[in-house]
Order: sequence, then C-alpha cells, then structure tokens
Amino acid sequence: MSRELFKFKGGVHPPEHKAESNGRPIHAAPLPRKLVIPLRQHIGNPAKPVVEVGERVLKGQMIAAADGPISTAVHASSSGTVTAIDLQPVPHVSGLPDLCITIETDGRDEWIAHAPLDYRAMAPADLRTKLRDLGLAGLGGAVFPTGAKLNPGASGHCPTLIINGGECEPWITCDDVLMRHHADEILQGMAVMRHMMGSTEILVGIEDNKPEALDSMRSAAAKLDFAVEIIAVPTLYPSGGAKQMTEILTGKQVPSGKRSTDVGLQVFNVGTAYALARAVHHGEPLISRLVTVTGHVLRPQNFEVLIGTPMHTLITLAGDRDGTTGVLMGGPMMGMPMPTLDAPVVKATNCLLVESKELFPPLPKALPCIRCTRCADACPAELQPQELFRFAKAGDFGRAQEYHLFDCIECGCCSYVCPSHIPLVDFYRYAKSEIWAHEKDKRAADLARERHEFRQFRQEREKTEKAEKLAAKAQAKRAELAAEPAVVGAAPSDADAKKALIAAALARAQAKKSDAAPKNVDHLTPEQLQQIDEIEARRAKIRELARQPLESEEKNT
Amino acid sequence: MPSPFILDRSSVTQIMAWVLAALLPAIATYVWLFGPGILVTLSLATVTALAAEAAMLKVRGYPVQPFLLDLSAIVTAWLLALSLPSLAPWWLIITGTLFAIVVAKHLYGGLGQNIFNPAMVGYAVLIVSFPVQMTHWAGPLELSSAPLTLAQSTSVIFGDDVPKSTLDAVTMATPLDSLRTGLLRQLTVDEVMTAPIFGRFGGTGFEWLAAAFLLGGLLLWALRIISWHVPLTFLAGVWLTAGFLHFYDAGRFGPPWFHLFAPSVMLGAFFIATDPVSGATTPRGKLIFGLSAGFLTMAIRTWGGFPDGVAFAILLMNLCVPLIDQYTQPRIYGGARKAKEPPA
Repeated sequence: MSRELFKFKGGVHPPEHKAESNGRPIHAAPLPRKLVIPLRQHIGNPAKPVVEVGERVLKGQMIAAADGPISTAVHASSSGTVTAIDLQPVPHVSGLPDLCITIETDGRDEWIAHAPLDYRAMAPADLRTKLRDLGLAGLGGAVFPTGAKLNPGASGHCPTLIINGGECEPWITCDDVLMRHHADEILQGMAVMRHMMGSTEILVGIEDNKPEALDSMRSAAAKLDFAVEIIAVPTLYPSGGAKQMTEILTGKQVPSGKRSTDVGLQVFNVGTAYALARAVHHGEPLISRLVTVTGHVLRPQNFEVLIGTPMHTLITLAGDRDGTTGVLMGGPMMGMPMPTLDAPVVKATNCLLVESKELFPPLPKALPCIRCTRCADACPAELQPQELFRFAKAGDFGRAQEYHLFDCIECGCCSYVCPSHIPLVDFYRYAKSEIWAHEKDKRAADLARERHEFRQFRQEREKTEKAEKLAAKAQAKRAELAAEPAVVGAAPSDADAKKALIAAALARAQAKKSDAAPKNVDHLTPEQLQQIDEIEARRAKIRELARQPLESEEKNT
Repeated sequence: MPSPFILDRSSVTQIMAWVLAALLPAIATYVWLFGPGILVTLSLATVTALAAEAAMLKVRGYPVQPFLLDLSAIVTAWLLALSLPSLAPWWLIITGTLFAIVVAKHLYGGLGQNIFNPAMVGYAVLIVSFPVQMTHWAGPLELSSAPLTLAQSTSVIFGDDVPKSTLDAVTMATPLDSLRTGLLRQLTVDEVMTAPIFGRFGGTGFEWLAAAFLLGGLLLWALRIISWHVPLTFLAGVWLTAGFLHFYDAGRFGPPWFHLFAPSVMLGAFFIATDPVSGATTPRGKLIFGLSAGFLTMAIRTWGGFPDGVAFAILLMNLCVPLIDQYTQPRIYGGARKAKEPPA
C-alpha cells in the first residue's frame, strides 16, 4: 500500500477474540412470535407512533414517524398485529424502560410495497428526508441519523469520504463478516454516499487483523468505475473510532468541538453503507442488522436479526451454557451490561457478548492513583486522565472542564491500563452528568431571574405610567379651571390648582414608595413558591425534551 | 459494573516489584565492592517500613493486606537504605524510615497522596539532624585494610558503643565529600583527585555502583515502567551544569563525568526523580522537572552546605510539581488549549 498512514496517539491492544465468531457463515435468526420495537433507537428525537393498537401492519411498514430533522422513522420488522404501545425494557445505559411498539407476528412475513429509489434523479434534500423515513441510522455505535449526516454542508461537497471498517473492539465481528460476504452492497451504498457528499477521495479503513474482509473488499472495489482505496490499518484499539480512523488515514484531526465536515471529510460505518444500499436499491427500510453473538456460548456466530427480536432468543440460538454471569451489548471496552434479556435487538446492537467468570473475571479492587500517567499515554483524545480523575473525585467539575473533560470519548483505554484498577471512565461519566445537571439548574435559575427582573421592570413602568397619567389629568384640570376664570373667579381656581398639585405629589410619593419596597421572590407565600416550582419543573421537562444531544460523530467500535 | 470490562494485567504491585528487581544489580554490586553491611541496613529498613506501614494503615482505618502487598513501603525502605551510609547506626535507619513512612507518606494521605518523595524526606531529616552519623560510609573494599564481615557490620550498626577508632578504621569520606573538603582547603581539583578514592569516572567502587543503578534504570525504561524524560533530563542537568563549571574553571570545579557517575545521581535520576506520585506528570513538565533537579543538584554540591544535593534538589522540585503540571498541559486531540464550554 503506497498510502502513508498516520498514527493516532495512545490506544491499547487487548486480546482480540475475533476468531471465535468470524468463521461461521451468517445465519438468519428465525422470526420471533413477538417483536418489541423501541421508538428511540437513534440519537435525536424519538419517533412518533403512526399506528394504533389492534392495527395490522406489514413488513417494512412505517409504524412511527421521524420527529424533526435529527430523528428517524421506525418500521415493522415483520407483518403482524400491533398489540401494545407502552413502556418496555430496552437496551439503554439507564436501565429504564422506554416507549415501544409491540407486534404479534403472523408468520407470513408479508412485505409492504416497496421500490428502489432513483437517487440520482432526486433532489438531495428529498433524498435525505426519504432516508430518514426509511429509518437509516449509523450502525457503528452512535446511531446518528444517516440522512442528516449525508449533508456536505454549505460548500456543496465534502472532498473525502471515509468508510470505517475498523471494528477495533474485541470480540465483535459483525462488520468483518459483513465485509466478507456483502462487499458489493457495501460499495453500492458507498457510491450513494459519494454521490450525495460530492466526494472525490474515498478511503476504506480496515484493521489488518481482518485479511479476508480486506481481500473481499479489494476485489469488489476493483469492479467499480471509480477509485476507492481499501486500506489496511494497524490493529490498535480504538482505531475504529471515527476520529481515530480519520487521523490514521488522513493525518487530520477534527478540531475539538467541530464537525468532521468542517475539515472536509465524513465518516460512515460499513454497516451503514450496506443499509443504505438496501434502502436505495431495494427500497427496504432498516428493519434488520447483523449481530455478533459470542463469548460464553456454544456456537459464537453472526446472525441477521430483525430489529425488535428479544435478545434471549439469539443466545438460545447460539447455544447458552451454564456459568453465564451476564450479557453485554457491545464489546468489553465500551459495551453495557443488559439488565434483562427480554430487551430487544435495536439498531445499535452490534454484539451480544455473553460473560462467564473465566472470560470476564471480576475486576480487582481499586487502589489509589499513583499518577503513573499510563492512562495519559493510552488516551487517544490526548487528555490527562489522572488529572480529570483527581478533579472529578474532588467534585471540582470546573477544573475538569478546563482539562477538556468533554473531549473524552469514553473509549476505556485509561481504565484498561490503570495499574491501580480505577474505573476512570466511570468518574468521567459521573462528572459529565453532574455538569449537565448543573448547567440545567443554572439555565433554570437564569430564566427565573430574567422573569423576575422583567416583572419588576413592568411593575415600575406601570406605576410611572399611572403617576404620569394622574399628573396629566391634574394639569388638564388646572388648565380647564384657568381657562374659565371670568365665570367662577380666581380664588376657587387657585384652590383647585393647589388640590391638583397635592394630588400629583401624592401620586408621585406613592409611586416612589412602591419602588422602595419591590415585591420580590423573598416575600412569596408558600403556595406561590410551590406554584413557581411546579411551573419550573414543567418548563425544565419541556426543555429537556426539546434539547436532545447532538452527536455529529458516528462512533464505530 | 460499567465499561470497560477487561483490564490489562498490570498492577501497582507489579510496578513496585519491578522497581525492587531493578535495584538488585546495584545491591549486588554494593555487597561485592563495599561488603555485606548494606544487607543489614536494607533488612532493618524493610522491617521498619512494613511495621510502620501496617500500623499507620490500621490507625487510618485502611485494609492492611492489599496496601502492604502493593510493595510501595519496601520500595521506600530500599531507596532510603541505599541512600544512607552503609554503616549508619540502627537508630538512624529506623528514625529515617519511620519519618519517611509515617510523616512523609501517611500523614500526607498515604499511597498516591504524598507531595514529597518519602525516602528523600527521610534522608533529608537525617542529614539535617545527624550530620556526623551520616558520614559513616564504609570505604570500598579494595581500599580497605580490614574488610568487615556480615557479623562485624551488624555489630557496628547495632553497636551501642562503637569505639571511634574502630569506625575510623572502616569508614572513609566519600569521593564527593573528599572533593568538597579538598576544594575548601584551597587545593585544585587535579590535586584532590590524585587520592586513591577517585577512580576512572567517579569514585573508586562508587562508579561501579553508579553503573549498576544505571543498568537497573535502563531496565525500568525498557519495561516502560519509567519514561526517558526525567532520567535523561536529570542527567543532562547534572552533566551540563558540571560541564559548564568545569569548562569555566577546571581547577575549582570537578569534571562532569565525576559528578555524573556518583551513585546518588544515578539512583536519583532513575529511581527517585521518576517517582510518579511526587513528580511531574506532563511530558514537558517531566523535562522541566528533570533538568531543574539536575541543575539544583549541582548548585547544592557546588555552593551549598552539603557534599551532595540530590535529595534536596528532588524535594525542591517536588514542591514545584503542581505549578509545573498546570502550566505544561499538553495539546489535546483536535487542538483545543483553552477551556471549553460544555455542549448544550
């Protein structure tokens, strides 16, 4: 390979454990009797249901529509009847149930009418909306809506398109297997991306521990009528992180707090490219994906799984074993433990890793930090994890932010190398959540203060206006009296004018008095306070709903 | 439990064990060239350190076993023992070790919390409080008329009442001390260094001890337990300062290789200045830390009141670590240097 590769700083090389699952062919997981399809499977607003309980739906039918530009639709993975729209256990780090649509499948697997898209003829904005309505989201891990990412921005073209086949996280092989068996479709999807982004340079980065995938992708690329570089990159976690893959292939770093399109490139996962090809060339929405089931199972392998399939069915298929201690969704570096295996496979489910005591012995107890800075050497974000740890532990979140806490990608390299076995990433997650909560409180307080100040200003203005009105009235009265002296005489006129003057002075004094004793929130009754609290709580909730995290980078682990 | 769910096979115990292992070549050389007395000092310091560590953990309500097994107390004990004169009296060893473990380590919050290197605090307390006893260095065997056996060394160390004549017969001024007193007597460097205590680079025997520390240090570097930053800049600081002075006036300032090949410099550069807890953590900070400590070592040797300055130089630089770290924060991925607002 002639291309000069660059090295990102840090990284670790844990045991790969790829061979367990990447040798077996892809099996389609059987149709389950019940599909539980969450409405929030992507970054952005959750989809809004467009079906009702009792309604019959077809395979590929939209059952919940995208809500806003950063959102995607959700589809029925098979035909059947909607039996519930309610809270169900979902694979989410919070462990909390979320709104899902449950479909009792009828076994007929009957497709809704669908047709390929003539993407070259479509206006880019229409195509993006169409892809959003087909439920496309990044399959590398971050599940950012693909339609929104396929936007080159104001310049109209994004010179470099990177297809990420890094798959650096141990155990996971779904991208590897996808590249081995579906290289042509991946490249078809890539061609659509190239068209939409106006890219001239297309790079596919694949870790060099996947020689079969590299071969397969190279022979597929040779058939194309445009140049695609299939590049083997050194195996080093987290090379499959979008930022790290970018740096390896181009030497460019995405500036902190900016988007990759700002430096003229965009990164997509191979699975996303495959899903895009299915969408454009077949009109199929995203209703299935490849899932690696590996670890402590009899037959570790990859399944083609309908979204909404309960996780336990996959583990049964792969052959569950005694001594299972837990199941992770994702890999051992960034995955999350599943509190229940009733949770469904979602668009983000790349791997179910079954744990046993032998494969994943309990982590030793943490000792104090000795500032050895192995974490700093391993950190691909080039942070000083030992300092962040110190600040997070001390509750000094301001300093943690100064030391770029929010540039942490939570890849886990620091925790992995820590000789004191400190769960460092956990401390960073804690600090981040505390800062978010604090920011929320601060915004609420700012808002309350603004409203209070405006109220004071309004009251003052009303008082002044009232006083002015009174004074004007008195003036008018005096003028009126002065205008008819011949009729009534001068003496009463004088007396009236004096009266008017006194009235005006009284009004002024009153206005001044009410200024001196402003009604502020210190003197509210408990009822009023409670009312304010309730209003604030409602507002906070609404704001939170409106403000979804905007993750521009697709993480690919 | 949150991610990640796997760990590299490293541990504090493993790191400390390697540090101890890296000291073994120097200990062997010590025994070979200076006699077995150092073994008594090492053992006494080790026992004292472990007892003090266990007692302090108990008092502070920490689990004793995991913290004793981290071996950090033994590392402190060995570093202090190797800094002390090999025939220092038993109470000196115990006092220094106690001070290192109890005051410098545990009263500052235990493992990972100490601002100063505990072994160097112990050493500094002893040299300030007991300067006479801190000169009980056994001379190299090749210059000694009657080398001490292990039993004799033990009785010298534990002897309540060692006749001064006995001590004088076996102890000897160190090369650095000889140079210092010679220069104070208005002799030139060349005149002083004709004495048999001066060897090829450093002192007779002492230069080989320094080489053994260097070997152990290189082992730690090869194992990635220490980085090159501090040792290299520390040695550079010593060598450049000594070289500049020697070049300026070779009659009044000792040659740079002589200063570099003192055991204290090699021990300090590879084993003490590299102490992660009390040293700088950023790459640039480590360079500043090492270079300044090297310079200060030479400054104290040349103009200070003690023949050697490694301990004070490192302690002074320990003091500067928070400042150094704060102002040498490296550039992060994506180039941000200034504080960033959190995303909405």
